[in-house]
Order: sequence, then C-alpha cells, then structure tokens
Amino acid sequence: MKLDILKSLNEERRARRAAVLVTDLSSGAQRLVKAAEIAADPMAEAIDKQLRMGKSASVDIEGKTYFLTVQAPPARLVVIGAVHVSQALAEMARLVDFDVTIVDPRTAFASEERFPNVRVIAEWPDKVLPEIGLDPYTGIAALTHDPKIDDPALKLALQASCFYIGALGSKKTHAKRVERLTAAGFSQEQIGRIHAPIGLDIGAVSPAEIAVSVLSEIVLSLRRKPLRSEKEKAA
Amino acid sequence: MLATEEDILAQAESWKRAGKGVAIATVVETWGSAPRPTGSHLVIDEDGLFLGSVSGGCVEGDVVTEAQDVIADGKPRTLEYGVADETAWRVGLSCGGRIRVYVERID
Repeated sequence: MKLDILKSLNEERRARRAAVLVTDLSSGAQRLVKAAEIAADPMAEAIDKQLRMGKSASVDIEGKTYFLTVQAPPARLVVIGAVHVSQALAEMARLVDFDVTIVDPRTAFASEERFPNVRVIAEWPDKVLPEIGLDPYTGIAALTHDPKIDDPALKLALQASCFYIGALGSKKTHAKRVERLTAAGFSQEQIGRIHAPIGLDIGAVSPAEIAVSVLSEIVLSLRRKPLRSEKEKAA
Repeated sequence: MLATEEDILAQAESWKRAGKGVAIATVVETWGSAPRPTGSHLVIDEDGLFLGSVSGGCVEGDVVTEAQDVIADGKPRTLEYGVADETAWRVGLSCGGRIRVYVERID
C-alpha cells in the first residue's frame, strides 16, 4: 500500500466520510474510492453493495479477484439527558466502541464528575447538535422526559437520518410526542423511525438494566439495518 | 481501551512516518466460524511490534513473522490458515474455520 493511500484512508475516517479501498489481489494494485467518487467508478455496483452492508469482501469481476476494504465512519452515540440511565449507558456504549457524547443544558446534571470518561456538553441540543454534525452513522437516545430538551434533538435526528433514534417515555408520553411532531410537519413514516418506548423489552428495572436494553436496541439498529451510503444521503 | 480499526491504521501511518518498515495484514476471506470478520487488520512494524488482530490470537504470531519477509522484499503475500492446513499443529484455528490473510508493505 502506498503511504499516500493510507494517509487518505486515515483522513477520510477522521472526517467521518466513507471510503472503499480496492485491491487487485493478483497484482497488488490499489486505489482508494471515496464516497463521493463511487457513482462514477467502474466498479460502482460492487463497491456500493459492500458499503451498504458495511462489510469488506472479495469480489470477482471479469476474471479478477479484488478485495474491497470498506471503511465506514465509526458509530457515534449522542445521549440527550445527563440522567441516571445515561451514566450507565455512557460507560457501556464506550466499551462497545461508540464515540459517546452527553448533551444536557442543565449544568447540575451535565458535569464531568458524573460522566468522567465521555464528552459532556452543558448546552441545549438545538444549539450543539448542528455543531456536532449529525449523520447516518450517528445514533441518538433522548432520555430527559422533557419535551423542551428532547423534541429539538429528535427533530434534528430525523432530518439527519440518524441510524438510531430512541426516546424514553411511556406509550402515553410518546402519543403526545407524536402529536407534537406531526404538528411540526413530520410525516408518519419519519416519526415511525423513533424507537419508543425506548429499548428492547428485556424486563429491565434498574437504570443499568435499562441502559442494557437501550444499548442492545442501538446495536441491533446498527448491525441489522444496512447503513445508508453517502450516495443515498446525497440523493 | 481496545484498539479500533481507526487506531490500527493510524498507528501504521505513524510508524511509517517515523521511518519504520511497516506491513498491513488484512483478512480477505473467511470460511466457517472465523473469529475476526473479513477486513480486519493487523499492522506490524520491522521490530515485530503489532496492533490489531486477524484471528483470536491463534495465528498472529505467524503473520507477524511472515510480515518481516514482506517488509524486507516488498512482495505482497497471501497466507492461509485453518485446521486442514499442514501447519495446523504449529499454527491453526482452534475454532475450526479457515481464513486467508493478505499481507502487504507500506511504501
């Protein structure tokens, strides 16, 4: 591998852009196809398919074997609400290699003492989320119960096609939320992307158990549904 | 923290920039129950330092050794491991799967 290809690969990853490295396994020849360049590539179909599945693989094209190294951006998790469940969720999600950020405008909650190992931002979601830059490789869990804080985050997450959007609250709470989002112009299909009540039904009781249920649902969303390619996002 | 793919490739780049000979090993094919998915990386420097994995620890030692030859002559190599392999007693996958690993030098 040429050092400049490795450099580009690392740069694309840092910029949270997908890229696919194409290696001709017989000759060793390589090229890097960035997300924006896929459509124009002669191997577009195969590259797009692998990127969609988020899986590197060997493919045979016209009698040659190529290896496609798929590099999708690392998954991020933004948790709205620096609450008790979030403390457990932050630690667990970190172990599962999510890049975790906690957002809560209430400074008493959003302190580094309560969240020693992850990024904590004491700000309103509608101010800070555009700065973070939501994308299809970001998941959002809204855990405050407070529409003033959760709703703006959910709206931005829906617009950004986040791979996971979950919101804490009972069915009754969620019904009211659906009304508010409908009034704000979101379609039934869009609103249907919100996981609520949040988490897989594992009978969780304690905050840590609820965190397990939420994190399981997040991993399920990430792995079962193929991530949208940048191409799709742009379309 | 466990090293992510990001750390692994970034490490390869920084070793190379520091003037070290560096090889990248990539799992390009798996059959049966393989411990690491295709696309997994192991990066190796000329002193035998390595980061990442291509199996559950069963064959890394051998890949690191082969990588030294790749770093020396610059020729990519494709290595195969599995229980059916004649080297199974030395290096093999206890899980019963087979893997193919592509090792290349960074130039």
